[in-house]
Amino acid sequence: MGLQAYIEKRKKDKELLVMAHVVCGYPSFSDNMKELEIMSATGVDIVELQFPFSEPSADGPLFVKANEESLKSGTTVDQCFDFMKQVSERFSFKVLMMGYYNTAFRMGEELFVKRIKEAGGSGYILPDLPVEESSNLHAISEREGIEPIILMTPTSSDKRLAKLGEASRGMVYAVARKGVTGSKTNMSDDVIQLVKRCRQHTSVPIGVGFGISSKADMDFLRGSADLAIVGTAALKIWEESREDGLTKFFEELMA
Amino acid sequence: MDIFDFSDGREGYYGEYGGVFLPEILHSTIEELLACFRECKADPKFWKDYVTLLQNYSGRPTPITHLENLSRQLGGAQIYVKRDDLNHTGSHKVNNVMGQGLLCQRLGKRRVIAETGAGQHGFATATMAAKFGYDCRIYMGAVDVARQRPNVFWMENLGAEVIAVEDGQKTLKDAVNEAMRDWVTNMADTHYILGTACGPHPFPEMVSWFQSIIGIEAREQMLKQVGRLPDRVYACVGGGSNAMGIFQGFFDDDNIELIGCEAGGHGVGSYMHSARLAYDDASVGVAQGYKTYFLQNDQGNMNETHSVAAGLDYIGINPIFSYLWEQGKVRFEAATDSEVKEALKLTMRTEGLIPALESTHGFVTAIKEAPSMRKDEIILINQSGRGDKDIFTIADALDDSKWKSFIGGKADQYRSEPD
Ligand SMILES: Cc1ncc(COP(=O)(O)O)c(C=O)c1O
Repeated sequence: MGLQAYIEKRKKDKELLVMAHVVCGYPSFSDNMKELEIMSATGVDIVELQFPFSEPSADGPLFVKANEESLKSGTTVDQCFDFMKQVSERFSFKVLMMGYYNTAFRMGEELFVKRIKEAGGSGYILPDLPVEESSNLHAISEREGIEPIILMTPTSSDKRLAKLGEASRGMVYAVARKGVTGSKTNMSDDVIQLVKRCRQHTSVPIGVGFGISSKADMDFLRGSADLAIVGTAALKIWEESREDGLTKFFEELMA
Repeated sequence: MDIFDFSDGREGYYGEYGGVFLPEILHSTIEELLACFRECKADPKFWKDYVTLLQNYSGRPTPITHLENLSRQLGGAQIYVKRDDLNHTGSHKVNNVMGQGLLCQRLGKRRVIAETGAGQHGFATATMAAKFGYDCRIYMGAVDVARQRPNVFWMENLGAEVIAVEDGQKTLKDAVNEAMRDWVTNMADTHYILGTACGPHPFPEMVSWFQSIIGIEAREQMLKQVGRLPDRVYACVGGGSNAMGIFQGFFDDDNIELIGCEAGGHGVGSYMHSARLAYDDASVGVAQGYKTYFLQNDQGNMNETHSVAAGLDYIGINPIFSYLWEQGKVRFEAATDSEVKEALKLTMRTEGLIPALESTHGFVTAIKEAPSMRKDEIILINQSGRGDKDIFTIADALDDSKWKSFIGGKADQYRSEPD
């Protein structure tokens, strides 16, 4: 089942789905697995596995540290794909590759897409790859049934959103605000307006991400977005209070 | 040759190198910048104002000096030096910075940010911001803050905020990442003054355009002062802005050889260097907004780099050079840390010049090649900066005991002062 159909089906039972994030190999792959078990048990719908990169210029401090530490401990792209395979076999949520374009570029776009497919992934998010540079990768992805997740942002003009909308498959990642991952987003009418603008240009489901950290944020997004994307907040909780904290965090979020 | 004529190709691409690889959130900012830059480049008044500003503020045109003693000693080609070290703030970086400062006025932004390695670009940016009245923040790797304290001192006293970046390798590339993070947050009122001919389009073209003033002057000066053009032109290459600057004056002369001098650090095979094209260790990748040769591993993660010169200690190279290198238009060589120290001593003693450690890389290669050239052949070296800022590094390298006891004495004096 494609990502869009999966999201639409899950939405029959709940109005707002949740997409969560782990940085592969940070703090360790075994910790990642524990986090994912909790995510699965609490009903997370999609998970993005971030492949660490040495120059994570779109990430905030906590993910920067996570990328750096993971690489320092020796994490390789092969390990990330192996992990993706284990994860997709073990859990029922959908799995996406998230990372920077150089990871795909170095191995070759063809192989990159094939390896996601072999590892049971549904798609990928490459925030530093603009749509102008994506035509070859998107064509390969289309052929292999792997979905490129397009990002739409508050600074995108309507003309730009139309172009992005044309390229969108599976779901769209709406970036709630300017800045990098991590800091808190003040959920305001701007976010609702952004989702509305995005919907005018795409028919795929829309996830809202950047700075989502609480049940209040979820309540705010319900009825507007299809998915809430939770990144840094979950890692922060894991670092502070491990299994207990993370379980409580997702339970409260879903309540 | 107009490498900036994109009418037959893709805008912002030099062969397969260059492009724009940025988060979507910056798309409109880059479009805005590109439109403003196109307007400036098409406006003769803009260039005229730019040249006037540099004449009145920075002492341009910088002269060309004949190194008679060194040429005689080496016994080969006549060596001339383009003196961009004589700029205000001590390096060619001020050319680009003043240009982007004027452009920033047209953009209507009130805050500027910059990355810096050696601190020369940060120093120039802080100076420009003070003059134009912009708020200014400089990102600098913590390792570089430690080795280039004098520039940090000036930046702060000029009113800029200097942020020591503690991520990654704590050098130039990490400062670039941090500046990008600031920019994706504050682009509405902030212009990112990138300091070299790297990064996403239009930065390589824009920085090269501002730096072309070096080559325009040098060509005229050679013809007027020496009566002919040089046979070879040497410049150090970090990101590649001073080299692009001087080389552009000679791009259309087929018989002039252009030589880019990279940081060989500890040498071939050491993996402790910043030679992207001169050595075999780099490969094509995409990072920090553009596609070029990077010092990276087979997974696409960047390798550690090293150079005694902080301003050359960088993973990537100007995409224009990747292309020109492939086309055989520019030759690349590397100078090691120890060769740089020797060449610096020689240049100081024979000519009374103190080139920056960065610029000295160009001297190394020229000094190696001059003896095998004829006496009527001419070499031109771009002295991109002066070495005063490097006093701590140079004193360490020369193991200067009088300097050490002076610093020791100063330290004792500060420690004994009441807080
Ligand atoms: C004096 C000097 N020369 C050269 C460079 C290297 O930069 P680029 O290759 O852009 O000229 C620097 C950078 O800090 C510098 O300070």
